Amino acid sequence: MAIEETRVAIDHDYDIVAARRKARELAMQVGFSGSDLTIIATAISEVARNIVVYASRGEIVLSAAQRGTRRGVLVVARDQGPGIPDIPRAMRDGFSTGKSLGLGLPGAKRLMDEFEIASEVGKGTMITMRKWTR
Amino acid sequence: MPVPILKQGDVLIASIQSGLSDHDLMELRDNIAEKLGSFKSLGVIVDVSMLDVMDSFATRMLCTIAETTRLRGAETVIVGIQPEVAIAMVQLGLALGGIPTALDLEEGLQFLKASIRGRGQRGN
Repeated sequence: MAIEETRVAIDHDYDIVAARRKARELAMQVGFSGSDLTIIATAISEVARNIVVYASRGEIVLSAAQRGTRRGVLVVARDQGPGIPDIPRAMRDGFSTGKSLGLGLPGAKRLMDEFEIASEVGKGTMITMRKWTR
Repeated sequence: MPVPILKQGDVLIASIQSGLSDHDLMELRDNIAEKLGSFKSLGVIVDVSMLDVMDSFATRMLCTIAETTRLRGAETVIVGIQPEVAIAMVQLGLALGGIPTALDLEEGLQFLKASIRGRGQRGN
């Protein structure tokens, strides 16, 4: 029972809604339930909005993950936007150069089990997140 | 997909649907501020029971709606935050500041009625 990878193009604010719907579907297939589904969808919402606000467009790739006997979801959010010059600062609560609460990225990190961010100024940003079933 | 705003007595009721875009939320903020004036409403209920996710943007918009409403001389109550949404909000680090919340529409209306009664009627 292979779970297919899902790609969601992020171009407009309503794509954020589409991305979190797809994430919920995939997470359900993987075996997540209850508040974990909402937690995953909320994290997707934050990284997707980050793309819309800072990079205008990008994509989110959702897939099933496996580590030993544990199952989980893998989320990769990619854009070719301006990049983040100071990642530690972007990961600090309350820091925002856009129009937000500045809780997006640090919040997404708190919601997921694993969170990695790679960014190069002028090239873009890639965020990789994983959440494992309990 | 604009959010419908219903008028019930002194209160405006906005029921947010599940797949709400950022743009829809900003429109809701503007529409509530405008309708408060035309209906001389004293309270606003935002029902979020259908909302799938309350992220940082939605939270900021609700805080903005509550503050705009307050500046227009009325009061806001957020009702229907689902248990899993509440758990995700706390984990994300979101708070609704001092905005009153209630379990559902009925309790929200009761809260506003008591509050409006407490300060007397406006305009007559």
